[in-house]
Amino acid sequence: MAQGTFGSPEIVQEEVDVLLIGGGMACCGAAYEIMRWADAAKAESGVDLKIKLVDKAAMDRSGAVAQGLSAINTYIGPEQDPADYARMVSNDLMGITRDDLAYDLGRVVDDSVHLFEEWGLPIWKTDAQGVRHDGAHSAGEGLPALKDGGKPVRSGKWQIMINGESYKWIVAEAAKKALGMDRIQERIFIVHLINDKNDPSRIAGAAGFSVRENKIVIYKAKAILLAAGGCVNLFRPRSVGEGTGRAWYPVWNAGSTYAMAAEAGAEMTMMENRFVPARFKDGYGPVGAWFLLFKAKAVNANGEVYMDRNKEMLNDYPPYGLAAVPASCLRNHLMLHEMKEGRGPIYMDTVTALAKLRETLTPKEVKHLEAEAWEDFLDMCIGQCGIWVGENIEPEKKNSELMPTEPYLLGSHSGCCGIWVSGPEDLGAPTDEEHEDKSKVPAHLPKGWNWGYRSMTTVKGLFTAGDGVGASGHKFSSGSHAEGRLAAKAMVKYCVDNKTYKPEFEETPEQIAALIWQPVKTFLAHKDYSTAIDINPHYITPKMLQFRLQKIMDEYVAGVATYYTTNDKMLQVAEEKLEMLKEDSLKMRAKDLHELLRAWENYHRIITAEAHMKHIQFREESRYPGFYYRMDKNFVDEKNWKCFVNSVYDKKSHKWTCFKRKHVDLVDKAKLFKAAAH
Amino acid sequence: MPTFVRTDKCDGCKGQDKTACMYICPHDLMMLDKDGSETGHAMKAYNQEPEQCWECYSCVKICPQQAIECRHYADIVPLGGSVQPLRGSDSIMWTIKFRNGNMKRFKFPIRTTAEGSIKPYDGKPVAKMADIGKTTLFTTEVMGGYRAGKREELIRLK
Ligand SMILES: Cc1cc2nc3c(=O)[nH]c(=O)nc-3n(C[C@H](O)[C@H](O)[C@H](O)COP(=O)(O)OP(=O)(O)OC[C@H]3O[C@@H](n4cnc5c(N)ncnc54)[C@H](O)[C@@H]3O)c2cc1C
Ligand code: SF4
Ligand code: SF4
Repeated sequence: MAQGTFGSPEIVQEEVDVLLIGGGMACCGAAYEIMRWADAAKAESGVDLKIKLVDKAAMDRSGAVAQGLSAINTYIGPEQDPADYARMVSNDLMGITRDDLAYDLGRVVDDSVHLFEEWGLPIWKTDAQGVRHDGAHSAGEGLPALKDGGKPVRSGKWQIMINGESYKWIVAEAAKKALGMDRIQERIFIVHLINDKNDPSRIAGAAGFSVRENKIVIYKAKAILLAAGGCVNLFRPRSVGEGTGRAWYPVWNAGSTYAMAAEAGAEMTMMENRFVPARFKDGYGPVGAWFLLFKAKAVNANGEVYMDRNKEMLNDYPPYGLAAVPASCLRNHLMLHEMKEGRGPIYMDTVTALAKLRETLTPKEVKHLEAEAWEDFLDMCIGQCGIWVGENIEPEKKNSELMPTEPYLLGSHSGCCGIWVSGPEDLGAPTDEEHEDKSKVPAHLPKGWNWGYRSMTTVKGLFTAGDGVGASGHKFSSGSHAEGRLAAKAMVKYCVDNKTYKPEFEETPEQIAALIWQPVKTFLAHKDYSTAIDINPHYITPKMLQFRLQKIMDEYVAGVATYYTTNDKMLQVAEEKLEMLKEDSLKMRAKDLHELLRAWENYHRIITAEAHMKHIQFREESRYPGFYYRMDKNFVDEKNWKCFVNSVYDKKSHKWTCFKRKHVDLVDKAKLFKAAAH
Repeated sequence: MPTFVRTDKCDGCKGQDKTACMYICPHDLMMLDKDGSETGHAMKAYNQEPEQCWECYSCVKICPQQAIECRHYADIVPLGGSVQPLRGSDSIMWTIKFRNGNMKRFKFPIRTTAEGSIKPYDGKPVAKMADIGKTTLFTTEVMGGYRAGKREELIRLK
């Protein structure tokens, strides 16, 4: 076989039925579920499906769970109803989510959690006396598995505690075994999707390159699961030196899901939504266990609990502010008020919380508790421990600062941006468009919330899951896995129904390859023009491209520089600057394969950022106070904007079209709220 | 807290074509300097983009020589602390050293089954095409995790 060189890469083409892009929680779920349905299709329908999974990294430690986790954040349990779950999701995301998607996920998510336990994930248990047992010992102590009625340790209504250092390793092992290694290719970065030559509203394949060899890969596929996570580093991070890598969200998810879907013509939804977690300052260590398990309070510099002090501010946002648990963004809103009023720093009062627990617990229990507090970080945010040891912080003796991070885009954690997908048909979801602006929905798009295949986007054959699915946050690790499984099943059905379809490309393989390799060619063509490899008028390094993007987003699109505020005029400036940045992205250079990876990651970030900006511009209100404020429309407008904002991108004209889709409740939300305060 | 590789411990994974740290880093940061032209240390690994390191410790945990450690970000953290794991087959041990010299040690379980022992489809039913349109998964019958939900909660179904 001809070996590729840096100047002239090898082109490898492959034809499959199903391509899974990403090896995170969602694709691991899909890998597990799909093989059984593929077997059924072969045995009963005579359709032998060829399946392939590609991941830019190694599945054992790829995606957001690479480091491990200390909790599974979505576990319904036998005592709660999927409707309760759908209500919680809706409330945390200020009322605009798809109940059909959340409810459907609520039905199946526990199945995945039970599998994780069977595969070896240690899940903490409570015994009849209410005593906690860690996950590895509970079985030996005679406590049953969750599947057999075991009681998990709840750190919140929906969360359960685990010893999760090897969470991803375990889930990946099951996925790899299910698929078989010959169906998996790691270190493949997918750059773009390819639409069908004869029907551009259908997906026909994807193309990318190997991060290890000089090789371009082109896949033809009938069905694709695009689940490459959310987007980080589109905003300037708070740390800009060596600590730049310490974002809360894992630095390797670069918006590939959103950018590639948008360029393929998929309808996007709620791209204005973002997540700005309030976390331990600088390390961004998790706060959930501190609030929920140790009952710690967040206080201002004077030791006042700002959630109490500022609680009247919640009344400005009825009905969401009146819920028993206010939305995440509103909690930030109250915290930011303290900071802007000059009552920072904000602290997590770990000292008082641990002292209180000491009053009721034995020394042994306290020691165990201390270990739990450290494990919370060591399992999922070791960097936070680095800060604690460097600053001599022992939580029982010294409080730690809290700080809201720079914004991230994601659809599976406490955010809901993503792709508009087809939902289940049995829950009463709308099947038509009934609203004033329905004529503005582009005519080629489906009506209603289901168009045949669960998790299929508005592009035929293109499916998504996890962070990819918009308008339905709070799925977390378990939910993303389960959602991947729902998508896998639907993809098999799609392939069987479309068994005679043969994907065809308009572009030749050489054209596809030329585009992907352009940054390398640009580098090779111009590198000797100047003596400084990074300073050259003919190209821009991916790193500088990223800095420029981050500066624009930070300063004009409500980043930390402006305390998350923007307005219509600032957005206009951002629009112009992003336009030019997009043009300049054609001049990215890549001096090696690693930089080629960075180049395309940053391209994906730019498209994602542009979608975010356009959606904020279109939505003439501030739906998520605490996450961002449009100061020219600084209110929540239930009358005009209690709706989905969706969009489509035209990759030929480079233009976005934003439009409204009606929001409908499938479960009653009244149960969430206290009687209105005014 | 970017990672660094200790020259006295790294053996370049004994010259295999794929080093463990390169294999695992989710952000493609670890590199083997084959001829020493990048670092002056031939056949040893290094972090090629330390300011992009998420401190996920994937490389630290996998290195067979315990050659990789973290030095907390110099732009944020005072010097002198360290957080170092030793990951075994069923548990992980952490040694935590504070700037002031205080030490803590923790040991946490990581899995309850032997690595490589998962049999994903053992005891699981086969799927049937008749069920492919249903809202269940192929394991629904055996895993006890399906929550059917109360129909009366769905307000648009009469
Ligand atoms: C900091 C943090 C803490 C969290 N804590 C918890 C918690 O305590 N409990 C909980 O239940 N959940 C938690 N979550 C949520 C959970 O991690 C996510 O919901 C889940 O991982 C999403 O799954 P996914 O498959 O959509 O994305 P990921 O798991 O992130 O996977 C994305 C995959 O895509 C690959 N990829 C990306 N781009 C490309 C490309 N262009 N080509 C090929 N492959 C690509 C990546 O390598 C990766 O394999 C947390 C998330 C974060 C970020
Ligand atoms: S640092 Fe460790 S894993 Fe990396 S090459 Fe050296 S010995 Fe191998
Ligand atoms: S700590 Fe994580 S991100 Fe940093 S080099 Fe190691 S594997 Fe890569």
